[in-house]
Amino acid sequence: MSFLLFQGSVAIYLLSAAAYLVFFLAQKTPLRRTGRAIFLVAFLLHTVNIIARAVETGHTPITSHHETVSFFAWSVGCCYLSFRWRYTVKNLGVFVSLLVLSLMLVAAFASRGVVPLPPALQSWWLPVHASIALFADGFLALACIGGIMYLLQEREIKSKRFGLFYSRLPSLEALDKLNHHCLSVGFPLFTLGLITGSFWAKQAWGAYWHWDPKETWSLVTWFLYAAAVHQRFTVGWRGRRVAILSIVAFLSVLFTLWGVSFLLKGVHTYVS
Amino acid sequence: MSRDAIVLLGVNHKTTPLAVREKLALSAGYEEPLQLLGQVQELREYYLLSTCNRVEVLFTCRDVERAQQRVLDLLFGQAVTAEELDRYVYRYVNDAAVEHLFLVAASLDSMIVGEAQILGQLKEAYRHATKIGSSGFILNKVLHKSFSVAKRVRTETRIGANAVSISYAAVELARKIFGDLAGKKVMLVGAGEMAELAAEHLVGQGVAEVVVANRTLQRAVNLARCYNGRAVSLEELLDQLQHVDIIISSTGSPDLILHKEDVRPVMRERRNRPLFFIDIAVPRDLDPAINDLDNVYLYDIDDLHSVVEMNKSERDKEALRAQRIVAEEKLKFGKWLANMESTPTIIQLRGVIEGHVRSEVEKTLGRFEEMDEQARQGLEKMVAAITGKIAYPSLQYLKSENHCVSLHDRIKTIREMYQLDNGANGQEAP
Repeated sequence: MSFLLFQGSVAIYLLSAAAYLVFFLAQKTPLRRTGRAIFLVAFLLHTVNIIARAVETGHTPITSHHETVSFFAWSVGCCYLSFRWRYTVKNLGVFVSLLVLSLMLVAAFASRGVVPLPPALQSWWLPVHASIALFADGFLALACIGGIMYLLQEREIKSKRFGLFYSRLPSLEALDKLNHHCLSVGFPLFTLGLITGSFWAKQAWGAYWHWDPKETWSLVTWFLYAAAVHQRFTVGWRGRRVAILSIVAFLSVLFTLWGVSFLLKGVHTYVS
Repeated sequence: MSRDAIVLLGVNHKTTPLAVREKLALSAGYEEPLQLLGQVQELREYYLLSTCNRVEVLFTCRDVERAQQRVLDLLFGQAVTAEELDRYVYRYVNDAAVEHLFLVAASLDSMIVGEAQILGQLKEAYRHATKIGSSGFILNKVLHKSFSVAKRVRTETRIGANAVSISYAAVELARKIFGDLAGKKVMLVGAGEMAELAAEHLVGQGVAEVVVANRTLQRAVNLARCYNGRAVSLEELLDQLQHVDIIISSTGSPDLILHKEDVRPVMRERRNRPLFFIDIAVPRDLDPAINDLDNVYLYDIDDLHSVVEMNKSERDKEALRAQRIVAEEKLKFGKWLANMESTPTIIQLRGVIEGHVRSEVEKTLGRFEEMDEQARQGLEKMVAAITGKIAYPSLQYLKSENHCVSLHDRIKTIREMYQLDNGANGQEAP
């Protein structure tokens, strides 16, 4: 049941991304509304899919690799919609739909088997820690997308050679604001994710911090974002430098999520 | 009783190579050529426009062929041969002339379609014509109409909204950098015409404040007053950089007035809020290396030209809509012109009726000049009222949209009814 819902939402995400892409390249404005509507449908279906999965497995569906990436994609969509509700950033949806689609494709190719949860990890810390951490990642993903858009737009304005992006991307100011907003929401959430994680570790394994690879990399990521936030809010960095830092830090997020799981062994369960 | 013909002769950048245009250009200003045209007996009213891309003369006359020949000989005869004139000079008569004038005024015939400067040049040329009194009833009307057509085109199409000229391009860029311009501050360094134009567009976008820095403070103060702004001296330039966001530089200075090393510490003070420099001076005022700084953007006049080029195709679409407006206005004006044909008849008719009333009054009450002031004024009013009332049905008949009988026939009817042409009334047309 949940599998069918998942396949359905992937297909609709694909449609939405295609509509957005055609709109972006051909500048056909009516298609943007279509893309947005399709994205919303896919998102709702995805939500139902996650609920169904939770009912099927009997625990919060953020344990296996498939579940985590799928939830990550969902949180990116959620952050985007929450952001869109407050500000509009021209054509951000194009980039978000592409990111969500690629995450969903990654999830689609991962094993969908239900990983039985070891009794040690059965705790209400699981939904709290995992969902907070992934929501933080959602906002940080938006910051990264904003950073990429900023760099693309800035390069065209600086070099005075106007190509594909100049007319299609929003103003530098709007993109910088997007980064500001996402960092100021994402970073505290990320910190909270770390803290709840260590409480969970205390409960499950008896110590707050183990220095296992996942924890270490989370800390590295945290320091990268701390640097970005510090430079941004106290030194007054903005624009290009913060954009680059946001992108680098997000790569670190992705590495924490996947690289650590596949390259380095650790206590986080879904490594198997 | 036909009216005068409206004729337009000219060369522009589309029909004529630069080499020929240069020879025809009226470099000595308007006075002299307008005086020359005054010698042509055939012309009733005339006006002359000369810009770097076009030379046009507009006049009204009775005998189109003769007048045309004389004007060409007089203005361009010495510069180029008759064959060249034949090949390059375009001639428009009546409706076509009106349409062409509207197209020029609306900047649809310009090299950069939509640029706003042409309207100013047109008004300037018209001012010269009115100064020597060479424009009359018809030209006044058609030129004023062309101004309002230009305005209509500008407000009803986005032909002007699309970075149509350098200053628009600058505003467009500023919007890509700052997003909303409300609350941003602009500084003009040096007070050239281009800088003023750009500042005007920025003020139209809602910028918060305009600061003017100039070598002579008096000029700065005057200009600042136009925008409710502030004037500062050129020495304060560096301090001001902390507070403003957009800098438009157009001084006549032969050297650079601002270097990269001057701007770098300012950015720290500004906490990296972006700065947008626009350098429209030739030679340049600002060090090109300034563009290498983070969050600082520097555009010089050539860079802006490339932005203008990029916006061209979008503008061509708007040009189509603008042309529709011109065609519409041309039709309206054509109607007005046609009605013009009846004007002499109307004046004459009123004159005849008033003459009759006046002579009957004088027969009964004695000569007007001998009456006391109050009685005379009362009678004058009465004469005017009776004239109006008697003439009214005939005037309505002439003016109304009557599709069955042509205006020409209607005029003929009225003239026959009132015997306006046989001189028996003893009244001459004024």
